[in-house]
Amino acid sequence: MWTALTPAEMDALWLSLKVASVSVLASLPIGFALAWLFARKRFPGRALLDAIVHLPLVLPPVVIGYALLLGFGRRGPVGQWLEETFGLVLAFRWTGAALACAIMGLPLMVRAIRQSLEAIDPRLDAAASTLGANRLWVLATVTLPLSLPGVVTGALLSFARSLGEFGATITFVSNIPGQTQTLPLAIYSYTQVPGGDAQALRLCVVSVLLSLAALLVSEVLVRRANRGVAGHAD
Amino acid sequence: MRIEVDVESRLGTFTLRAAFTADGATTALFGRSGSGKSTLLNLVAGLLAPARGRIAIGDSVLFDSERGIDVPAHRRRIGYVFQEGRLLPHLSVQQNLVYGRFFTPRSERYADFGKVVTLLDLGALLARRPASLSGGEKQRVAIGRALLSSPRVLLMDEPLASLDAGRRGEILYYIERLRDEVRIPIVYVSHSIEEVVRLADTLVLVSDGAVAAAGPLREIMGRIELRRMIGRYEGGAVIEATVLSHDLGSGLARLGFSGGELLAPDVDALAGEAVRIRIRARDVSIALEKPAGISILNCLKGRIVEIGSESGASVDVRMDVAGTVLIARITRHSAGLLSLVPGQEAWALVKAISLDRHSVGFA
Repeated sequence: MWTALTPAEMDALWLSLKVASVSVLASLPIGFALAWLFARKRFPGRALLDAIVHLPLVLPPVVIGYALLLGFGRRGPVGQWLEETFGLVLAFRWTGAALACAIMGLPLMVRAIRQSLEAIDPRLDAAASTLGANRLWVLATVTLPLSLPGVVTGALLSFARSLGEFGATITFVSNIPGQTQTLPLAIYSYTQVPGGDAQALRLCVVSVLLSLAALLVSEVLVRRANRGVAGHAD
Repeated sequence: MRIEVDVESRLGTFTLRAAFTADGATTALFGRSGSGKSTLLNLVAGLLAPARGRIAIGDSVLFDSERGIDVPAHRRRIGYVFQEGRLLPHLSVQQNLVYGRFFTPRSERYADFGKVVTLLDLGALLARRPASLSGGEKQRVAIGRALLSSPRVLLMDEPLASLDAGRRGEILYYIERLRDEVRIPIVYVSHSIEEVVRLADTLVLVSDGAVAAAGPLREIMGRIELRRMIGRYEGGAVIEATVLSHDLGSGLARLGFSGGELLAPDVDALAGEAVRIRIRARDVSIALEKPAGISILNCLKGRIVEIGSESGASVDVRMDVAGTVLIARITRHSAGLLSLVPGQEAWALVKAISLDRHSVGFA
């Protein structure tokens, strides 16, 4: 049983990594912007927006997947527009899986970044501006570096969440080997066929190792980023 | 460089309506906490926008509500030293120092890194992070950082407030050096008359969101009707003097001024250097004849100019000692016993001990 992974299993592994990486990279700017809004701004509809961002935490994932299918499917309003304008199709493609993962991971990402933004003294912005930095420079030289631990934590939480995403993905993009079949979906498929137990178990082990690695890497990165921010002589 | 401020601003229920012009090298905005002096600084720096008014430095207009001018904070080229330093915690001291220089146009950079580091003794701190600095060190770095952005004006918002008494003297010394060596206009906010007297040429008294009085330091300090604002305990006259000599045996220095000579202990300045002495009104007594057999060393002959009209147990008496103003705070009862009247000749008695280290600073 403990031999190298089969090509089909490798496919699922690589696809999982690809989907998770793309979903994190694509959602990071949006997640940061949302976290910044929640941490620094008071505006009408703030509580509602906050609740909407947090919905994926409490809703059954299948509901998110179905909503995505209705909105971003080839007949959905957004899906149609994306296809006509950019030729981009999400439904039943790996890109759709990335979108589903991004939405499921967004609340975790926003929470982590928001916490680190709230820990920054906003008066530092004023200090930087009197030294000549405009808003963009303040963002690049003060806000971003100081919130780096939160950004790293948020990105890795969202990454780990993506690796485990199942319900929204299978509902929105189905379970197509080599296209949308990520690790959890492959495990599920193996458990549904007679004699697939061993393969399912192997992929489970891969899953555990992958998630462990992601969490360990996150720990190291956060510690390093924290050292840079806290500024103890190093 | 001339700084002109004429603004109106509303923050919640607090209304600020203030106008002043600062010509001198160092202008102090003095007033109680909550009087609006820090708000004034933030308006000048562009961190707050006034409801209406005009703010200008030299010929450059920073804000003018009528002409629709509002230069954003990052383009005002104003150095700001905050009460709590506000160093960037993720950068080293060196990186903090050069942060502002990066944004200053090359042709406008006048501050020299090496000179500023020497002036403020920052050499040993360059590699350190702000978290490992003491309060006084942080404030020195904050001053250096503001200077190195080559500002047109340096604003200081109670830079000593978060420091303990020992550190205060140290930073005050650095600010004095800066004032004398860099020759950049400074606007200094404080609620400590001691700091104001040591540093400022121009004094702006701020009270309840308005300017109560503004003018040359000595003139404002000599006006007895303003004593309520300066504080009963701390108010008094300020005189400029030159150190004539030090007597090592007694530890006293002879200070010469237009009205004569004073003896004071523990003066840091060397012979020939100019100093500024604050003589608190409560430390001055009045005698009608030159007293004999008395421990008080400083007896100055002068003329009574004005007797305060305030009610209460004490009155302030303004005296003219050969052109120099002195203020004496005595009881109303004594003034009655001596039947003091303006125009009368009298002796002002000042204990040398009352002219302590906090009252004598470099001019």
